[in-house]
Amino acid sequence: MKTSNASRAGFYTTGTALAILFLFPLLWSGWSSIKGQPGSSQASGYGFGNYAYLTHYGEGVGTYLINSAAVAAMTVLGTLVVSALGGYGFARFDFPGKNLLFLATLSILMVPYATILIPLYVLLDRLGLQNSLIGLSLVFIMFQLPFALFMMRNSFEAVPRELEEAALVDGCTTLTALRRVLLRAVRPGLVTVGLFAFLTSWNDFFAPLILLSDAKKFTMPVAVYSMQQRTFGAIDYGALEAGVMVMAIPCLLLFILLQRHYVRGFMTGALRG
Amino acid sequence: MGKTASMGAISTQTHDTTSLQPAGRRPTRRSWWRSRSLKGIGYTTPTAVIVVVLFLAPLVLVFWMALNRWPLLGSPTLNAPDNYTQIPDNPLFVQAIRFTLKYTVIITIVLLLIALGLALLVQERRRGVGFLRTIYLLPSGVGFAAAALLFYGLYSSEIGPLDGILRSLHIIDKPFSFTGTPNAALFSTIALVIWRFAGFQMLILLVGLQSIPSELYEAARVDGATRWQTFRRVTLPLLRPTLALLLVVSVSGSLLAFDQFFILTQGQPDNSTLTMVMVIYREAFFRFNLGGAAALSVVVLLVLVALNALQLRILRRND
Repeated sequence: MKTSNASRAGFYTTGTALAILFLFPLLWSGWSSIKGQPGSSQASGYGFGNYAYLTHYGEGVGTYLINSAAVAAMTVLGTLVVSALGGYGFARFDFPGKNLLFLATLSILMVPYATILIPLYVLLDRLGLQNSLIGLSLVFIMFQLPFALFMMRNSFEAVPRELEEAALVDGCTTLTALRRVLLRAVRPGLVTVGLFAFLTSWNDFFAPLILLSDAKKFTMPVAVYSMQQRTFGAIDYGALEAGVMVMAIPCLLLFILLQRHYVRGFMTGALRG
Repeated sequence: MGKTASMGAISTQTHDTTSLQPAGRRPTRRSWWRSRSLKGIGYTTPTAVIVVVLFLAPLVLVFWMALNRWPLLGSPTLNAPDNYTQIPDNPLFVQAIRFTLKYTVIITIVLLLIALGLALLVQERRRGVGFLRTIYLLPSGVGFAAAALLFYGLYSSEIGPLDGILRSLHIIDKPFSFTGTPNAALFSTIALVIWRFAGFQMLILLVGLQSIPSELYEAARVDGATRWQTFRRVTLPLLRPTLALLLVVSVSGSLLAFDQFFILTQGQPDNSTLTMVMVIYREAFFRFNLGGAAALSVVVLLVLVALNALQLRILRRND
């Protein structure tokens, strides 16, 4: 009410200045990926030379994109299936060892990434899943599980019991009730879980760095990182920023499209502590 | 209504299968429970398999590995407790502990202050606020490794624009290397982390701010409190649980810092920006000493668990 013109002007000046600071790196990266630069694949003028170069780099950006997409698809699907079944089990049934299993799942959060990845490197080797996109996806599903299971358990608990009981009276098995009736009711939870599973598996760097050894299997972050590491003193920065854009654009689009789910997921994560 | 009907339906059904037992009611209920708990076990089996195979088994394995000479190739041999006793002799790790702690303290404080500033700036509903919030949050949508690679170009003398901007503003007068000295490398990385995470922390703080009842602000205004007094006496105390939560998240995240330094500074100059996790990685995959890396990871794990327990305890007491 008492906001003066001066303070309003102050708000918009500060807000806009900060907005420019936050946007600047992204805009610069996009701009320098298409701007000509002596010594890069886009030698002069503006164009997509750097992106064209990416298709020849290493195994070709297509291979890396397919790898990343495959890992993301397997992680999202796996996380959704495991956490939907598990969330339903935890929300609706009592069984021996229930609390122990829930606690064990949540304690995944307590253990540092590196502590678990060093032995996983050895273990996946014994299971024949080292340097494998399936093995990597399984590891991502495990890391997503505490958040996903917590989210899905809460989602199922929020659904009124009458809804599934009506289905059970009609002679459905619990699995049919879950598939036909309940999944629709917990869809927002599923979207949030799927979104986070996608973002993690698409962006994660440490797990593929350790678990993938063959360049043919690299996902995008490791592949672009290898561009930075390739030669001494002769890094193609234009192509590097093009690689960054290829990684970032799908996430930014999803982020803007599903912002509400993103925010809600963060909140659940935050409240969980 | 629906509940009793369904229970009736199920118990008659199970009653038929157990009708040979003399005492009708109790076994029926017990078998109903048994079938319920079998179903529960069925639904949570995938979770249990993943947790046991991919989490608990490696967790046990890491303790076992730490007791062995475990080369990257070849078979392990028991050498306990050498991997642990050798830790103090590893100068890189000792140095990394010091650097990681320093980084954790600085980034936790700076990030929290900036995020709090952002949250206070955009907490009131007015025109354009939603837009500003989205922009501040946008970097959180970029992967951390991608953000680090982006800043690697941003800081480079070859195509980075910062040098030119700073020179035209007369802040510097000769070329500046953003990762050339230990301090420059540390603060360049901190800028990256702030860019990537400030919006996320802002979001959490906004929720905390919105949960403060507006009557309290009204009361403070009626009492003639200044803005600063209101902030000190109303906002800050009620925001404490949220601040404490962010503190825990930020401290454990920063102690495990890897991507940002591994990509942006590569531990340079002179290994001055090596973090603990980077030394573990190096031990395992450059020195091919998985046993030593396992011992270091066990130490980091124990420190983190102890720290989390301590922080949770302090949080509980505050509640």
